[in-house]
Amino acid sequence: MSTDNKTNIFPDTSELIEEILNKYPSKVAKKRSKSLVSNDPEKDQEIQANIRTIPGIITQRGCCYAGCKGVILGPTRDIINIVHGPIGCSFYAWLTRRNQTDAGVDGENYMNYCFSTDMQDTNIVFGGEKKLETAIREAYEMFKPHSIGVFSTCPIGLIGDDVHAVSRKMKEELGINIFGFSCEGYKGVSQSAGHHIANNGIFKHVVGLNDTDPGGKFKINLLGEYNIGGDSFVLEKYFEEMGITLVSTFSGNSTMSQFENAHMADLNAVMCHRSINYIAEMLEQKYGIPWIKINFIGADATAKSLRRIAEYFEDEELMAKAEAIIAREMLEVKATIEDVKTRTEGKLCMMYVGGSRAHHYQELFGEIGMRTISAGYEFGHRDDYEGRKVLDSIKIDADSRNIEELEISKEEANWREDLVEKKTALKNKGYAFSDYDGMMPDMEKNSLVIDDISHWETEKLIEYYKPDIIGAGIKEKYVIQKYGVPLKQLHSYDYGGPYAGFKGAINFYNDIDKMVNTKIWGLIPPPWKNEPELVAKMADAAY
Amino acid sequence: MLLRHTTKDIKEREALAINPAKTCQPVGAMYAALGIHGCLPHSHGSQGCCSYHRSALTRHYKEPIMAATSSFTEGSSVFGGQANLLQAIDNIFTIYEPDVIAVHSTCLSETIGDDLTQIVEKARDGGKIPEGKHVIFCNTPSYVGSHVTGYSNMVSGMVQLLSESTGVKNDKINLISGWVEPSDMREVKRIANLMDAKFTLFPDTSDVVDAPQTGSYTMYPKGGTKVPDLIASGDNKATLAFGEWATKDAAIKLENKCKVPFEVTELPIGVRATDRFIMKLSKLAEVAIPDAITTERGRLVDMITDMQQYLHGKRVALWGDPDQLIPMVEFLLDLNMKPVYIVSGTPGKKMHQKLEEMLLPVVPEAKFKNGIGADMYLMHQWIKNEGVDLLIGNTYGKYISRDENTPFLRMGFPILDRVGHSYFPTVGYMGGLRILEKILGLIMDKQDAESTESEFELVM
Repeated sequence: MSTDNKTNIFPDTSELIEEILNKYPSKVAKKRSKSLVSNDPEKDQEIQANIRTIPGIITQRGCCYAGCKGVILGPTRDIINIVHGPIGCSFYAWLTRRNQTDAGVDGENYMNYCFSTDMQDTNIVFGGEKKLETAIREAYEMFKPHSIGVFSTCPIGLIGDDVHAVSRKMKEELGINIFGFSCEGYKGVSQSAGHHIANNGIFKHVVGLNDTDPGGKFKINLLGEYNIGGDSFVLEKYFEEMGITLVSTFSGNSTMSQFENAHMADLNAVMCHRSINYIAEMLEQKYGIPWIKINFIGADATAKSLRRIAEYFEDEELMAKAEAIIAREMLEVKATIEDVKTRTEGKLCMMYVGGSRAHHYQELFGEIGMRTISAGYEFGHRDDYEGRKVLDSIKIDADSRNIEELEISKEEANWREDLVEKKTALKNKGYAFSDYDGMMPDMEKNSLVIDDISHWETEKLIEYYKPDIIGAGIKEKYVIQKYGVPLKQLHSYDYGGPYAGFKGAINFYNDIDKMVNTKIWGLIPPPWKNEPELVAKMADAAY
Repeated sequence: MLLRHTTKDIKEREALAINPAKTCQPVGAMYAALGIHGCLPHSHGSQGCCSYHRSALTRHYKEPIMAATSSFTEGSSVFGGQANLLQAIDNIFTIYEPDVIAVHSTCLSETIGDDLTQIVEKARDGGKIPEGKHVIFCNTPSYVGSHVTGYSNMVSGMVQLLSESTGVKNDKINLISGWVEPSDMREVKRIANLMDAKFTLFPDTSDVVDAPQTGSYTMYPKGGTKVPDLIASGDNKATLAFGEWATKDAAIKLENKCKVPFEVTELPIGVRATDRFIMKLSKLAEVAIPDAITTERGRLVDMITDMQQYLHGKRVALWGDPDQLIPMVEFLLDLNMKPVYIVSGTPGKKMHQKLEEMLLPVVPEAKFKNGIGADMYLMHQWIKNEGVDLLIGNTYGKYISRDENTPFLRMGFPILDRVGHSYFPTVGYMGGLRILEKILGLIMDKQDAESTESEFELVM
């Protein structure tokens, strides 16, 4: 089952969807039916997303704590992140996401450490605030960091420990920046709530603390890029070559002082829309800095994004530099594509990844002639699927209502009226701001879009489509490979990468080529299973 | 330096844990549950725990690790997770059709006080548990003990909820696995078979977390102790349990519930712990020790006698779980090595006592600690004060190994950056040979890498 050869259009999915839903108890089937959509890029279709997970369905999802500590604050090297809770939460987030960092020769880097209050039953019974205070004091005395973050785990909210009060008190006592996050695992319905809570926390406690001009003609923040496998290192080089000052990256290869200074940028370039759009919006509301959506996954996307950034600054020399990089890098990109495509053209892929990559990586696959037959997010919201145009129609349900929305007001002292005017002028010329069209308009007709996919659904899709590769995570990897289908981890990159930028695209084409064409897939059945006659003769001979 | 902020100067810490030598209970319960055939582990808490635990086990085994979760929301966290678990049980049996659901809890459901007994009873009364299917459960609060405690609790849960006594004893014995690799469980079975002992091993993750590539995925692989065998464990004549921390509770419960007498033995790591295992098994199962086993033992002793010059006096730092560390320390002492620093995040006074008895008369300078405050940061500080020749422990040791230029043997949980641990045993005499081969390889590689050209040796 792949595509109809005559029309080259993906087959209708209604039978498949029905087969999937038939296995479910009726209430579950009804609920899941709204999260499986047969795509039609011509139509405005609605998908159900960002709602609670069905118990027992075997989801890929993680929790709010993972979204807050693991994703957003984890990659910042010079903050001590103390996890307030029993040991597991901090243990599992200890070096398991591949956020690379360059701490320099003598730089502060606490990312290789795991800090926890290691709560015991007595702390649950009598409260853990005292222990947290002591832990903060000990961390300060031993390491003298200039920032400490405190992360709440499940029991904290239940026993009523106030991490914010403790943080305020210790900030006063120690004279360094200390702040807490109420990112208990049960908040919201997925990692997504944690992104929001982290965005709010950094914005409230860090952004805007340092008004020093970082210098340079073109100043940008790169938002939602976490330097997995060195992705941001690749991008940093392009910016440097173009003469762009990268004020901050949220939060790959980042430091607290970058965040403190982030409001000094002229433009916010948003890579992962889901995790960081809140900060992009708040930076605009408070300081007037506009944001654009960019994407450095895929060679064409990279070229387009470099051009978009250059166009924003309306500087001939900058644009020429961008074109020079694109022209130079594209030579190798094109040569690689030409070679790899001979072995990958027409193959099918499916992708179920977090809240961003399931969209971005479709371009990369497309560049080597591979088509995405199905894709979905673990925790995307409707705007990530359908585009920001649906934002106003999204109803926040009871499970996510308690995630705080900050009230942001204009800060006169640092308000960038020049940027507001620039935005208006550019907008009139057709330059798009605060835009994200979402994944679905970019997907082919009849491709299957699935939110919060379950294990059962994954199984059925493999049987039905027999894809050539699936992009997902570590929990899915070996399940899917047992079917004889290669799985590319698009969270950890299978310990490879970088995949961003032109260099990254080349790495990706080659890695995918190796995976789908590696010899071992052909060696799975033992030769004696293919020669029944031999077995029969041997058996006869034995009598 | 990867751990550049680690100082030589040791400050007493009361509250801050840094680089723990343990993780939390539920992952152990999940692993134990995978040792039942046709079982789907279930995490009763918010879904982050379940994803983390599945990921940790998957990274360790490079295998599918299946488990479901109650996926608590804020509402269920306040009003209780009964509705979530009832729904989950119904969904799991309908969609995934396991023979057994093995439920464990998390710090969330434990703090709010969900009563698993009552919820499972309600599921049964409501007809949510199909005929012939089972839901077993145990409480695994993450703020008590460690992952090892969680393993122990799930094994106890198996006995508590499945083992039955018909009043008629048979001549099998129960072998209760500690938290070891599938390769170790397979080795224990091989030894027991060599000895002609009749036995039920549980839990048994061999052929579950080391399944072959066949081109088709099976949600419930062929391995795992079968439910009828678990039920029948109550009729077996005796129990041999491997490791105080992971299995003693289950052995006691089985004795109390079904009058099966038990003995606890250390995990059979090294010469003497394996000797004790063999002799106890011989006695309990009333079988003779065959020549084949005596020969295996002789091979291990032979390798030690041949290679002892490379081992003598070498200083070793170890971290991990008490059931592994205690026999490992004994083995190292038998190799004339010096286990100087030992930490385990898992609490339990007995570890300190045992190490004191075993270690201090021979290595009076040894430092060891377990439970609260015993973490890899402290151990690294000890190493900074006086170095060691070898590190033995889980993958997190690689940061210390690189910073201190010290050879590093990966043992324990989790091992995230090498393979082999699930295929080759460390228990039994054969496991001893493997440990020794690895240690010697590391020591000799370092000698080869660091010797001058004129000192470089062909024959070692």
